[in-house]
Amino acid sequence: MSTPEHGFFTDVTLCIGCKACEVACKQWNQLPADGYAFSGNSYDNTNGLSATTWRHVAFVEQMDRVEPSASRWMMMSDVCKHCTNAGCLEACPTGAIVRNEFGDVYVQPDVCNGCGYCVPSCPFGVVAIQPEAGVAQKCTLCYDRQKDGLEPACAKSCPTDSITFGPVEELRALAEARVAKLHAEGREAHLYGVDGPETRDVGALNAFFLIPDRPEVFNLPPKPVLPSKFQRAAYTSGLLGALALTAVGLAVFRPKPWSA
Amino acid sequence: MPGLGTLYGLGGATTHLMDLQHADLIVIQGSNFAENHPVGFRFALMAKERGATIVHVDPRFTRTSALADLYIPIRSGTDIAFTGGLINYVLSNDAWFKEYVLAYTSAALLVDPEFRDTEELDGMFSGYDPVSHTYDPKTWSYEVDESSPPAGGEGGASVHEGGKRPKSDPTLQHPRCVINVLKRHYARYTPEAVERITGAPQESFLKLARLLIANSGRDRTAVYAYAMGWAQHTVGVQNIRAAATLQALLGNTGRPGGGIMALRGHASIQGSTDIATLYDSFPGYLKVPTVEKNETTFAAWTKNHTMRSGRWAEYPAFAVSLLKAWYGEHARADNDWNFARLPLNTGDHSDLPMFFAMKDGEVEGLVLYGQNPAVGGQNAALQRGAMERLKWLVVRDIFETESASFWKREDSNPEDIGTEIFFLPVSGVAEKAGTFTNTMRLLQFHEKAVEPPGEARSDLGFTYELGKRLRALYADSTNPLDRPLLDLTWDYESDDPHERERGEADVEKVMREINGFRVEGGEHVRDSHDLRDDGSTACGAWIYCGMFPEPGRNLTRRRTADPAQPAAPGWGWSWPDNVRTLYNRASADPDGNPWSERKRLIWWDDASGAWQGNDVPNFPLHTAPSYRAPADARGDAAIDGDAPFVMLEYGRSEIFGVNGTADGPMPTHYEPRESPVGNALYPNVQYNPVLKEWRRRDNPYHAIGDPKYPYVVTTYRLTEHHASGVMSRQLPWLAELQPAAFCELSPELAVEKEIRNGDWVTIETARGEIEARALVTGRMQPFRLGAGRFVHQIGIPYHFGYKGEVRGDSANDLPPLVADPNVTIHEGKAFTGNIRRGRRSPFSSRTLELEVVPQTEQTPFGSPERPGPMPGPGAEGGMVEHEIVPPAEVMEAARIVHARAEARAAEEEEGTDEHA
Repeated sequence: MSTPEHGFFTDVTLCIGCKACEVACKQWNQLPADGYAFSGNSYDNTNGLSATTWRHVAFVEQMDRVEPSASRWMMMSDVCKHCTNAGCLEACPTGAIVRNEFGDVYVQPDVCNGCGYCVPSCPFGVVAIQPEAGVAQKCTLCYDRQKDGLEPACAKSCPTDSITFGPVEELRALAEARVAKLHAEGREAHLYGVDGPETRDVGALNAFFLIPDRPEVFNLPPKPVLPSKFQRAAYTSGLLGALALTAVGLAVFRPKPWSA
Repeated sequence: MPGLGTLYGLGGATTHLMDLQHADLIVIQGSNFAENHPVGFRFALMAKERGATIVHVDPRFTRTSALADLYIPIRSGTDIAFTGGLINYVLSNDAWFKEYVLAYTSAALLVDPEFRDTEELDGMFSGYDPVSHTYDPKTWSYEVDESSPPAGGEGGASVHEGGKRPKSDPTLQHPRCVINVLKRHYARYTPEAVERITGAPQESFLKLARLLIANSGRDRTAVYAYAMGWAQHTVGVQNIRAAATLQALLGNTGRPGGGIMALRGHASIQGSTDIATLYDSFPGYLKVPTVEKNETTFAAWTKNHTMRSGRWAEYPAFAVSLLKAWYGEHARADNDWNFARLPLNTGDHSDLPMFFAMKDGEVEGLVLYGQNPAVGGQNAALQRGAMERLKWLVVRDIFETESASFWKREDSNPEDIGTEIFFLPVSGVAEKAGTFTNTMRLLQFHEKAVEPPGEARSDLGFTYELGKRLRALYADSTNPLDRPLLDLTWDYESDDPHERERGEADVEKVMREINGFRVEGGEHVRDSHDLRDDGSTACGAWIYCGMFPEPGRNLTRRRTADPAQPAAPGWGWSWPDNVRTLYNRASADPDGNPWSERKRLIWWDDASGAWQGNDVPNFPLHTAPSYRAPADARGDAAIDGDAPFVMLEYGRSEIFGVNGTADGPMPTHYEPRESPVGNALYPNVQYNPVLKEWRRRDNPYHAIGDPKYPYVVTTYRLTEHHASGVMSRQLPWLAELQPAAFCELSPELAVEKEIRNGDWVTIETARGEIEARALVTGRMQPFRLGAGRFVHQIGIPYHFGYKGEVRGDSANDLPPLVADPNVTIHEGKAFTGNIRRGRRSPFSSRTLELEVVPQTEQTPFGSPERPGPMPGPGAEGGMVEHEIVPPAEVMEAARIVHARAEARAAEEEEGTDEHA
């Protein structure tokens, strides 16, 4: 591949929860609003990623009355992880989901037939079917903007550079340096999606995160599992089951010799 | 912004956003910086990345607190007690920046012997007039040095009597030295008192005090950022003055990474005060002549405002140039520059009195340019009621606002409303060319990007066209009363045939007039020194001189970003003279050398005989540090070489207020007009004794500590919406992010009132009641004002109204109309109210709208009254909770609340079944 892989580095410690990324994404990709419902869940009223919300800012309140200085309110802009081993891509029977020239996982809307196999195959719950369009939709990493040499809309609009876009290798170096700096300041910081236990199945993530707490706190699976991992075991047990049933069948329904 | 103007000279942020990155400490108080100015907050975070500390002092833990290193909770409306505590700490620990303070502030001057402080007069300053309930500021001045030669020149106005120098004692031994007066005034503001009044934990307060001291001085600087959280109080101006005083004592103003960052609430609000939506100010902060001061001739008017030294010495030149810009050939020396055409100010005609006058039938018509008082106005029901009594109303907006459609809201009867409403379409920002003047006095030009839809027109085009038509209507008139209209210069015809056909004016022709030009020849002026009082120049706003120095060179269009120059001098243009950090002479010591290498900005260069550095010097370029102005000097020549505050007489920052605040020369803690508790500092003066109030039945106030309204209520904005929501609630992408009117309350209060997260609740005051969804969050907390004394606070975003994609009740139906005595700003940030579970009754806000106020309660043209000193319930009195649910038991209590709610729901269901 001639172009280096491009992705996002999203740094929770710099996010002010302004949601500019959510709006910029919807505007650029012309996605509709998801409806008007008050969630009561901090300042988050879009609740999660969906077929029409490709960037989503989660709000985590950790208010501590006993130790007020330990209180935190963290915001994380979630997005498709663009996995190295992408569950959606593996599951897609039509070849609609591909890895494009920027190394990103991309759903081709004109090829997708809306079968929905990708939906349960994503361990992060990212991709979803958009009922009106009848196709699977998720972050394209602004494929069209990248084609024109522009950074994706969310990264462009982020006022505090909590979202950075660029070649993944460079982003990782940036992220390592940032973690080192935060550690030197005595602050908690982990990278999610570079080489931790979360990458065991899905591989390194092209959209990875710096989080100041455990992944579960941000609704990120600590050890995401690909459904295909169970494939060998599933087929083997299926085959063994079939063999066993055959054997039982043979034993029970064994043709009796003609009695004389 | 007199808060900054009276202390430093100019009503504008002393610094600029990019400079925040050079700060060592950023104190954000009275502002939700990250939420309401997210792009500017980037520079605060850059400072943090470089090792700076961010401290947020606020009643709520907001998205700003989330990014701060230290969050300090504080009860709404007690900021002066908090900042006063810091001033006391700095003074009593002798931690002020001595060289800076001695050289650049009024610390050593002697206060008038007749002056009496609040400490002597039980909460009042000397000069109080019990008849008018106002202060005569005569004693708020310095003792004059009779031996000093009187200042010369014809400039008469002086804050110092007779233009003579004030006495001073550089040894600071004299008890009447300003610094000693300050020390006595703030001696009561101990850390214990701060905690008892504000609810801020003492250890947090002390932590900030130590941080401030550690991060001020030669080598380090601290910056303050504030916004509406300071302004919207009956002590709004004094809130800001308190911080300005502290920054002066710490030596932070005029230096990199220091000063006061005033964060303005709208995109070009700085621009609209510059030129000039205020009723008492002309463009460039020239004063509207008043009847009160008998300013009926040009000479009488300008004499009152011409200073001996600095730029205000040129007041007549600015005034003549303004009249030349407005009236062209009709403004001549022989007709007093057409001064007679100017309106004379007869009283307080700001926004608030105007609506009372409207309600009383004294105003027939109103034109709203992008304003939405039906939602955005305080005591919004009164404001809607006021508009109902108009004969006609013009609303220009991009969507049909609540103000354009109040006659058809659900609980009103259109048959009863006689107002004829004209709703006109408007171009949005991207649909017109023009400039923004943003929060740091920076002008940026923007091009028109797309064609506006249909007949939508820019405000400029509309106003220009309106002027043309009015002038045509009166063209043949011989009535002298019509001359102000007919004498106007009114030629901004666009050269672009397409724009002309659309009825648009030429923005750059307007900008040329604002910038100024020579009447003969027409070449543009280059800076305000070019302006003359002989009629040879015309200029629409002297502070904007130089933004458009020659045809084809509009500096507000510049977009050069040079990483080597963080102040970005090549990006846009800032007033005055493209200066980015005001009073930057103070970044060098009295001898002209930087205070330290680390904090250098401008310095004196002997070789070239000029000031130089990384910013445009906000100082006469060739005035050497050693220069001492002769007694008869005027203007720039009257500024000493070591006097950085060039807009003030003698050039020192006035930490004792001699420049005309209406409510005292030093900020003093008074409770908000409505408060659940007594003034613990001065029990006999509960609230600002000279605040502006309107005691009428359509604007009722709560009694102090009224048990019916036991909680503090505050209103504010969210990132997701803008102001009254006209632009944001109509846009699905924004509406879905905050789709409902909600209020924030603490788990402690929620448990007490049996409210669950997400429940409908009703918040009520004597002005009305609104319903909202409850957001129960630990980010809100009860304030502990000493042992066994707690005050709860409720927060409500005010974005919602009855139009748009998402709708809800308007929080602004709740607050009363009451105002700061200096600038008549309201107190939406602190009032009292109550909250209960469940939805409101329908039609609840209609009563106030229909209320007809009897003549006896009305004041002429809605003018405000002053309360005078009102005793309060004192330090121990008021409406407080004696205990709250302890932290460890909140969860258990919440479970009980939930169980009871479920039981109630089950009961109701059973009832319905039985009924069926």
